[in-house]
Amino acid sequence: MELDQNISRKRPTFFPQHQEAIYKSLEDKHATVEVDKSDPLATRMILNMGPQHPATHGVLRVLMELDGETITKCRLDTGYLHRGIEKMAENKTYQEFMPYTDRMDYLSPYSNNVALCLAVERIAKIECPERANYIRMIGCELARISSHLLWLGTMIMDAGAISFFIWTFREREKLYDIFDEVAGHRFTVSHSRIGGINNELTPVAVEKIQKFLREFPKELEGWHKLLDRNRIFVDRNNGVGQIDHENAIASGLAGPSLRATGIAYDVRKFEPYMHYDQIDFEVPTRTEGDNLARYYCRMEEMAESIRIIEQCFKKMPKKGPVRVDDAKKSYPSKDEVYYSMEGLIHDFMMTDTGVCPPPGAEAYHAIEAPKGELGFYIQSDGTGHPWRMKIKSPSFSNLQGLETILDGEMVADTVVIIGGMDPVMGDSDK
Amino acid sequence: MNSDTKQALLQKIRDKLGDDLHEVYEEYQYPLLRINRERLHETCRFMKEKLHFIYLNDVLGTDRFTSVDRFEVIYHMISLRDQQRFFLKVYVDEEDPVLPTVTDLWTSANWNEREVYDMFGIRFKGHPDLRRIFLPEDFKYFPLRKEFPLLGVPGSLELPSSTPDHD
Repeated sequence: MELDQNISRKRPTFFPQHQEAIYKSLEDKHATVEVDKSDPLATRMILNMGPQHPATHGVLRVLMELDGETITKCRLDTGYLHRGIEKMAENKTYQEFMPYTDRMDYLSPYSNNVALCLAVERIAKIECPERANYIRMIGCELARISSHLLWLGTMIMDAGAISFFIWTFREREKLYDIFDEVAGHRFTVSHSRIGGINNELTPVAVEKIQKFLREFPKELEGWHKLLDRNRIFVDRNNGVGQIDHENAIASGLAGPSLRATGIAYDVRKFEPYMHYDQIDFEVPTRTEGDNLARYYCRMEEMAESIRIIEQCFKKMPKKGPVRVDDAKKSYPSKDEVYYSMEGLIHDFMMTDTGVCPPPGAEAYHAIEAPKGELGFYIQSDGTGHPWRMKIKSPSFSNLQGLETILDGEMVADTVVIIGGMDPVMGDSDK
Repeated sequence: MNSDTKQALLQKIRDKLGDDLHEVYEEYQYPLLRINRERLHETCRFMKEKLHFIYLNDVLGTDRFTSVDRFEVIYHMISLRDQQRFFLKVYVDEEDPVLPTVTDLWTSANWNEREVYDMFGIRFKGHPDLRRIFLPEDFKYFPLRKEFPLLGVPGSLELPSSTPDHD
């Protein structure tokens, strides 16, 4: 092909076979539909974006072929943050593995912990106390707000407004303070335990959450006022990165990106886990499937999360255990560990062996994480370590859709579209 | 999740497959069906077109570490209309780990199959773009196989040079 000779491309020296394969794959994409390969004006070029591009939200590499300013086709290269979490899971007990889940989708660690705990509880047939489940739900919804706040700040920064980032991060800072009070960590919380949670909410934590619930809706309203009819913002996002619902289903989109195309698939409604069936909330959807629709979906989800937390506080039992009181299934409380021999032995057994699901069992449990369905598929061989743990991560599905969405868009819109899809590479690369 | 609908769907699959449906595992809420690998593509087409499982959520591999039928591949699909989640499982032999691709039915199988290939070395016949997804092409091992050591193989991945590479 004469095109390839015209382009002077410095051959990369690092991982040569890998580079060769991805350039070849880019060339082959849509190879059947293309007719005219001549390029008299030499407007076509291949552009490499990432893995260290600031607007890609991590280490995502986008390889695109441009015709002028239009992306004719693109390929994503993932795996720059691959740590082999699934391999590590096979060599750890279930509880030991939990801190690793914090580092998957590091913008909403609480949801990841809860997802793992629920999956293990299902396969080991442990029933979690009601109050613990409500506290988990509060934590999950706070994590959803926290994740969406980061998305909002960075996406609007990608669209050109820098100051917004500071405002959303001021709110996130309050959430960090809440998590600090609830779990003892600001960022990687690891608050959940198999069979419950680590500790009861302190009065200060409840007070802080209540204060946040009172103040946050006003902020949200202010942001709506600033953005909904903002000419620059709407023009930048309307009709950008559009996908229809059939293609969205076919390419496996998840979470708000799927709901923005009109498919109301939300695991909280689809198969309610914890106590979501007793809570009254809406699943915000839009039908346009573009970046603006994703913006509306996520903004409304934040408002719904506030509603869910308020109802959780009303419905949760005022007193009660926050962890299963069965030392074969969950950690004993610290009082038992420090003052009784049995407690100490059980604590040691839980740390050493942990929960042992029946041999040959296979179970799946999914939750609705901020970015979409996050599920754990566990196969057990009867020991305290999983035989296989597969993580179904939402960002992976969304990035796959991104490869389809980016074709035919303008190169200047790439950062906005990536920002609108909100991928987290730690989640996708595992 | 309606269990009547689930049983109705299961019955349809039983009628369709007969003896090629080897095992039905219903211990944990979702049905997990082990089928004859020869009829995998046909069953997937049936599931998608007749039973409305239009959303393929995931494809995952497992290493059973046995001498025959060493690997298994599980297809995780959702019917949004019937609110059902089904799992299809097939065994794959170590000698010739090849399965037909389902990317012609669900486009989303593309990356998931690439992940299974990357981690276990199971190839998918007819896949449009079967490359490794996380690890570079230069890597010669399949890390989620049980014989792959947890600490990795020293020297298997080239490290970047500490000096910038100029021409």
